[in-house]
Amino acid sequence: MSQGGGVLSDALLVARKDLLLERRAKIGLGQVLPFAILVLLLFAFALDPDRGILKLATPGLFWVTVLFSAVLTLQRSFALEAEDGILEALRLSGMSPAGIYLGKVTALTIELLLLEAVLVLGVAVLYDTKFLGIPLLFAIALLATLGIAGAGAVYGALAARLRSRETLLPLLLLPLLAPVLIAATRGCEVSLEREAMSGWPWAALLGIFALVYLTLGSFLFRPLLEDA
Amino acid sequence: MTTTKTQSASNLSPAPTGTGSRGTRVLGGFALVFLVIAVAYGLFISPADAQLGNTIRIIYMHVPTVMAAYMAFIITAVSSGMYLWKRTEFWDLLGSSGAEIGVLFFAVTIVDGALWGKVTWGVFWRWEPRLTTSAVLLIMYIGYLAVRAIPADPRTRATRCAIIGIVAIVNVPIVHKAVDWWRGLHQGKTVLGTIDPEMGGTQLFAMYSALIAGLLVCVWLLIHRFRAGFLAERASDLGLDQALEERRLESSPATGEDA
Repeated sequence: MSQGGGVLSDALLVARKDLLLERRAKIGLGQVLPFAILVLLLFAFALDPDRGILKLATPGLFWVTVLFSAVLTLQRSFALEAEDGILEALRLSGMSPAGIYLGKVTALTIELLLLEAVLVLGVAVLYDTKFLGIPLLFAIALLATLGIAGAGAVYGALAARLRSRETLLPLLLLPLLAPVLIAATRGCEVSLEREAMSGWPWAALLGIFALVYLTLGSFLFRPLLEDA
Repeated sequence: MTTTKTQSASNLSPAPTGTGSRGTRVLGGFALVFLVIAVAYGLFISPADAQLGNTIRIIYMHVPTVMAAYMAFIITAVSSGMYLWKRTEFWDLLGSSGAEIGVLFFAVTIVDGALWGKVTWGVFWRWEPRLTTSAVLLIMYIGYLAVRAIPADPRTRATRCAIIGIVAIVNVPIVHKAVDWWRGLHQGKTVLGTIDPEMGGTQLFAMYSALIAGLLVCVWLLIHRFRAGFLAERASDLGLDQALEERRLESSPATGEDA
């Protein structure tokens, strides 16, 4: 049983494993990213781009796209573990559950941030968005993504071994992430100067959300791995 | 009477035959009395409100149902935490009973709230903080029930549900804050869901008797649901024992050990 600095080194180990798997399999790059861009196109078809609705709704559409893509990324991330009893193997490996959890969260956060970076380009090109307030935008993207990954990893692990996981995960996760969607969207609107108020309270709310779920997840992952 | 006495301790006794007991019958009686009082005062005796008119009669129902739902959800949250600590069937069953009754009362709350909105605002739904939070909350607990309904061994299922119960309740203040800020800039608070301090005597009486009735009905349902859940577990144990016994009998009667 690893002790002391073990949690962090376990987390790094798991994160590296996940990122390596992604680099080799390229599911995120080859399937989730095209899906996300497709959603951006679908929104443009649904909301006439000539009437300015698309431009007005850009931050919301961006984050809805991120949420849908996050569900897919999570499915993938935990489908890896659920097959061939790998979750049991992880449990038996002696790594701390909190370390495994934080590792999954780290890998997910990195994957999602990369996805968001490409999506931002997509939005800039397709929806003709001009970005202002860059520091706020960065803070919001980072904190929102940590929150999504933190809450998502708990429910991703919980749903992983269920046969109905494809339908269950969005039902469980998306209502939980409603405050993230609200805060991230509003914060981005501020940074795009659509709303004349400070955007930092939104970033703070996202930070609290992320902190709460990272703490909760670190504690809940032990019973989750052992019994659920 | 002696049989009902043993039934009231049915949580522990091995073979309870029903979900009723003297305790629940007394509780149910009280609930019924308060319901009758609440209906009489709420619908007939108390006057219409000066500002809200007759729609205040919806609020006599709305406040109790939302209070009962919150009570049930808090019971679920506490039970979820206790389950992860104690790992006993009691906390698991209490938690899932709370979620089920909570969803029931919450759905009723949203429906009667929407009816009130239609009369008062002219629309069933407004993106008002409390309504929006409620909608998100209801769906979170429907997710809990969805997981509950998936067959699994009792310990696995109980752990999954306990985790969802904890995560859901922690999310409530965050959702509320987000939605509050989101809509807070655009409109003021609504009267719906608050007890107006200027309510007159019979109105206040109607409100409080409805509140007591609502909470009593909720507790009464909760106890019955808990016991029904307990009996269902015993029934499935029994089914398993029977199946095991049958398989044993199928094997060679001489050794009785070959499977």
